[in-house]
Amino acid sequence: MNRLAKVGLIIIFALVIAALFAPWIATHDVGATDLSARYLPPSSAHYFGTDATGRDIFSRVIYGARISLRVGVTVVIISATVGTIVGAIAGYYGGWVDRFIAGYLFNVFLAFPGLLLAIAMVAFLGAGLNKLILALSIIGWVGYARVMRAQVLKVRELEFVQAARALGASDLYILWRHILPNAIQPLIVQASLGMAGAILSEASLSFLGLGVPPPAPSWGVMLEEARDLATLQTAPHALIFPGAAVALSVLAFNFVGDGLRERLDPRRHVDR
Amino acid sequence: MRHLKSLTRRAIILLLVVWTVVSAVTLLIELVPGDPAYAILGDQARPEQIAQFRRTHGLDRPAFFFSLIRNEEGWRLVWHGANNRYVEYWSGLLHGDMGRSFRTDRPVSELILQRYPATIELAIAALLVAIAISVPLGVIAGSRRGTWIDNLLSVIALIGISLPSFVTGPLLIYIFAVRLGLLAPSGRFDWTDIILPSLTLGTALAAFLTRMVRSSVIEELNQDYVRTARAKGLSERAVLYKHVLKNGLIPVVTVLGLQLGVLLAGAIITEKIFNWPGIGLLLVEEGINKRDYRVVQGCVLVISLTYIFANAATDMLYRLLDPRIRSR
Repeated sequence: MNRLAKVGLIIIFALVIAALFAPWIATHDVGATDLSARYLPPSSAHYFGTDATGRDIFSRVIYGARISLRVGVTVVIISATVGTIVGAIAGYYGGWVDRFIAGYLFNVFLAFPGLLLAIAMVAFLGAGLNKLILALSIIGWVGYARVMRAQVLKVRELEFVQAARALGASDLYILWRHILPNAIQPLIVQASLGMAGAILSEASLSFLGLGVPPPAPSWGVMLEEARDLATLQTAPHALIFPGAAVALSVLAFNFVGDGLRERLDPRRHVDR
Repeated sequence: MRHLKSLTRRAIILLLVVWTVVSAVTLLIELVPGDPAYAILGDQARPEQIAQFRRTHGLDRPAFFFSLIRNEEGWRLVWHGANNRYVEYWSGLLHGDMGRSFRTDRPVSELILQRYPATIELAIAALLVAIAISVPLGVIAGSRRGTWIDNLLSVIALIGISLPSFVTGPLLIYIFAVRLGLLAPSGRFDWTDIILPSLTLGTALAAFLTRMVRSSVIEELNQDYVRTARAKGLSERAVLYKHVLKNGLIPVVTVLGLQLGVLLAGAIITEKIFNWPGIGLLLVEEGINKRDYRVVQGCVLVISLTYIFANAATDMLYRLLDPRIRSR
């Protein structure tokens, strides 16, 4: 694990702590507006200052971690499960099943830019946390499916799998016992990058007004509220803190995913 | 012969994908909870108005060839024939007609054509920004592999990838419009107005491309022809720019094509930040926010088709550039 990945892990740890213990860490009520305390700069009373309606930005950023992680974790679990199963079926059975899944389904899902597909789905389904999670899972599964399929194709013909088959092991047993453990590492890399992607997409959609509706303290919502000229002029900190929160979270998962991938890449071992 | 066969296969997949995308976009409108007529006209609308609206926009006809209807006896399949919205939308599309806006009654194709050039302008400008940043940085990092400058550039690239446009965009507005007062915060009136949006959209891509160029340069530097070029006494500079870059940019071209689509999707956010009157702003402000589903349909369709064809074109270009791939 390289140094950046370690930094990433530390940030992720802080993020998880913030999300789990938000009610204890937050210093103010996330929804409480106070028009006499608008646009206050960071101080000991308000660590990150206050926004256009006098809400405490620090508390909102802390609670925002809950939304981001909840979306990220749920999306990764759903899309990894679906993707792994579909990828395993395609790779293991081959033939027309594979031609349908890899030749057609993969191409269709990769034909849309992910964000556009999510926007389109939310546009038709309506905004909201659950619909957002559904939309992001629908665009997310393909990544895992491709990784899993590639791994299955690689491992399927190896001797120990052949041996298991000769001994009469069932397909499911072989997939679970022999193929999945071999594919787990690239899947974890994918999941780490998937977390980064999901957090980014949640913030993007909320920013566009298509994700978690305000006044929920989603980082995307906070950024959308902070970007009008009046707020920028008087309170740039309203933009900077939630912005840093999104960027750091995405960066942390990217660092970890990248570090893991580097470790798994056999070519890197040889020349270093 | 094999070349032709793989081309045909690709063309078939392309057609299948286009058919699926159009069908999905056409049928997605059926997912809308509630009746679009009420969404547009409001709950106070008179029944005649609703009926009139549904007739004008073809909503009085069935959505597809058949539908599943549930009654006391359970699910029943009802056949509607070819007089349905799906067929109508397709035949309209083939004539360049995407229906009329639910709100303004103007042809959607006209609305999109009006906005499309601004988006393409932004995407191309962003692409140029990205290339201008990433090629020199990638070459520097790749040719000085493992040095501090390489490590620094790699970290900067990762940070650049992680910085969302809705953070960099408002930050740029803050610095250049609010603080320095050099540029307008939004709109598309002056030629300078494209600077901030294209920087916003271009930097994220630049970060990604820098990594691509870097690894491509590293790969090419290990090739035999580089040793030959060095052995015949070429300067390191000539080796890098005359030989390595020429070959090393081939995989980068593919990524560029793929990224053009990402740029178009990313442009939605950038256009919203800078009030840039492109197709993304049309989609969000006129389409989604005003629940004008015909406009949403048209925009989603045009953006996805642009993406699909940009990818197909890149694929062809890639094959032309690199003869090794042709036979695959």
